Amino acid sequence: MLTLNDLKVGETAVVVKLHGQGAVRRRIMDMGITKGVPVRVRKFAPLGDPVEITVLDYELTLRKNDCALIEVEKRSSDSEQSAL
Amino acid sequence: MEPKPIKIALAGNPNSGKTTLFNKLTGSRQRIGNWPGVTIEKKEGTVKGLKHVTIQDLPGIYSLSPYTPEEEISRNYLLDEEPDVILNIVDSSNLERNLYLTTQLLELDIPVVVALNFIDVTRRDGDKIDSSKLEKRLGCPVVETSALKGEGVDECIASCLRATESEDRHAYADKKDAKFSADVEKAINEIESVIGDVARKRHRWIAIKAFERDTKALNRITLTASQQEKIEAIIRHTEEKLDDDSESIITTARYEAIKKLTDNVIVRAKRKDNLTRSDRIDRIVTHRFWAYPIFIAVMAALYYIAISLGINTQDMVDGWFGDGLIPLVQGWMEGAGASGWLVGLVTDGIIGGVGAVLSFVPQMIILFILLGIMEDIGYMARIAFILDRLFRRFGLSGKSFIPMLIGTGCSVPGIMASRTIESQRDRRMTIINTPMIPCGAKLPIIALVAGAVFGGAWWVAPLAYFLGLLAVVVSGIILKKTKMFEGDPSPFVMELPAYHVPSVGNVARSTWERSWSFIKRAGTVILLSSVVLWFLLHFAVIDGSLVMIEDEMIADSIAAKVGAVLGHLFAPLGFGGWQASLATVTGLIAKEEVISTFGVIFSIEDAIGIVEEGDFAGVAAIAQHFTQLSAFSFMLFNLFCPPCFAAMGAIKREMNSAKWTWFAIGYLFVFAYILSFIVYQVGLLFTGGAFSVLSGLAVVLLAGSLYLLFRKAPRAGVHVSA
Repeated sequence: MLTLNDLKVGETAVVVKLHGQGAVRRRIMDMGITKGVPVRVRKFAPLGDPVEITVLDYELTLRKNDCALIEVEKRSSDSEQSAL
Repeated sequence: MEPKPIKIALAGNPNSGKTTLFNKLTGSRQRIGNWPGVTIEKKEGTVKGLKHVTIQDLPGIYSLSPYTPEEEISRNYLLDEEPDVILNIVDSSNLERNLYLTTQLLELDIPVVVALNFIDVTRRDGDKIDSSKLEKRLGCPVVETSALKGEGVDECIASCLRATESEDRHAYADKKDAKFSADVEKAINEIESVIGDVARKRHRWIAIKAFERDTKALNRITLTASQQEKIEAIIRHTEEKLDDDSESIITTARYEAIKKLTDNVIVRAKRKDNLTRSDRIDRIVTHRFWAYPIFIAVMAALYYIAISLGINTQDMVDGWFGDGLIPLVQGWMEGAGASGWLVGLVTDGIIGGVGAVLSFVPQMIILFILLGIMEDIGYMARIAFILDRLFRRFGLSGKSFIPMLIGTGCSVPGIMASRTIESQRDRRMTIINTPMIPCGAKLPIIALVAGAVFGGAWWVAPLAYFLGLLAVVVSGIILKKTKMFEGDPSPFVMELPAYHVPSVGNVARSTWERSWSFIKRAGTVILLSSVVLWFLLHFAVIDGSLVMIEDEMIADSIAAKVGAVLGHLFAPLGFGGWQASLATVTGLIAKEEVISTFGVIFSIEDAIGIVEEGDFAGVAAIAQHFTQLSAFSFMLFNLFCPPCFAAMGAIKREMNSAKWTWFAIGYLFVFAYILSFIVYQVGLLFTGGAFSVLSGLAVVLLAGSLYLLFRKAPRAGVHVSA
């Protein structure tokens, strides 16, 4: 399973499914990370965690623990465009 | 005739400019309190020039889901209080995510007015927003605003007033753009008909909540068992068909609807290589290697400025009291024929006591201005970003750093700053640990020990700060592993705001709020306790009657007797004399009182002033009272023991629970006591003392603490897949 954690800086992928449960999962979804939405990894904090991503044209910071709940898939060129 | 009162609820995402808009709308006509049962601030105000219109500020929220206290409060307020209109502030530079809340508000059958805020920033960035198209699609008025510049603020109110007269409350639900996909709509319509008239209003909202299995919302209506079964069957069927769970189906459907709603409404300008000015700054400031040296340099500069500027201002304030006010009042009272004890009470007790506290105010204001600037620029969020990983290890979040930073000035605003931490667990942890950071008022204690007892050794003061940090780390790790603090990890969701030039208004406001919380205690807790303390020090019970005594006879005072009793408690820590015990107790009033009390006991006038000027010969009498070891133990205990009453009050306010308040205070006491105990008793062994029962106990306590520190967490890494 590919998760948001497996992406490198600058890479874009599309959300496939959200794992986990309860408040954590709901919060992530509420922030716009839902099925079919492209997300792009912008930067890692100096110690590698948390991660800043771009979703729906804004920047959001998430912990790696939470990123591990976000299953993604890389798509060819089209996703690259819509994330920007 | 009086116009009918109108209630406006102000709702929006965090960082959408809600506070600024609220301040613009209400000016100073605000009432600030707490929502019942939680530690979330409740603000209410009346609109400028319209006395019959009140605005209720709701907490900043992203959604009306039932998971965080903020969301529950907002939801319950909207459902129970039924405001006449909701003013929904929306960040126009982050339209889609902000509209997510809007679409939920629109389902409540309460008129909504959308304020499209930061419109000036969005325009400046070259983005185009077609607000009339958005208005048509949402079916509610949309007003372009820039709360900061006051643009569109009056129109907001005008729109709100018009909206209250509108009869059509289902405008949004009937829009075709608001509809979810066919499968979801079918399920919701079916649930709506199952529920039928059980819900008297908001049929669609109730049906959506039922579909999400939101039990808290469904508790508002009574469904029969067969209705519940039917609904569950509909949900199951849809979940299977769409291969997802119902909560996720609705969230996804909402964002899909928003995509339709915003299609062609917003046209984003093409940005060169997608790198904004903030990104370029962040490349350096959050750089893998440079981030930390930059952070340390910024901190060093901050404190250098605060302390070097602060010392001068402190002398100035001390001068006003010591050379100005006290002689003036003394002369005036003596002239009026007031008795000696009253003059003493007012000048020494009240003005002296309160003045000592107020002399810290200028330095604190300077520190708070600098911190306010860092916050407004956007650097504070970066600090949380680069430190989060580190703080995680000792059970805190990156956001815990900010309260602790403010806590170096004064614990009271520091503890209050913990409000920005979303997770209750992290917030409690931060509240408990913030008082361990040496605050400005603890500096004289450190200075006294360093200067008078250790002969001005340079390393004592840095060591005290280092020990403060270490104590936070050790205590964080120990607490993290206890049962009380395990449990669900909460998501760390943070936005890194774009860097911008700080606004004078915002910095002034935050500085004022923080300094005021410090000044206020000088007028209340400290004033009262100064009076009590003065009385205890200047009266004695001799032959069964209460008499006022001269300063030389202070050893006979009631205070000395109280101190002697408490001395038994502190003797194992190396400071069992009544003087040091009493000083420790008065430290609960305010930490600077520790030194003032010594001053009174040893008849040294303005002891704090002497310590601050570094004239340690003047306080030699105090130093002789200690050995180096007992002085060090005394300093440690006073740094980490429960903070002053004002800070305890802040803990109580922020914890909003008696149990947690007492836990925090008890924990700090035990932590400080054990630490000083170990240091003193083990120190005695190293300086040639014989092994005693107490040293044995110290070794056991040390072993126990190390066990708590290094043991495996009972259930580490709560169900997180990697």
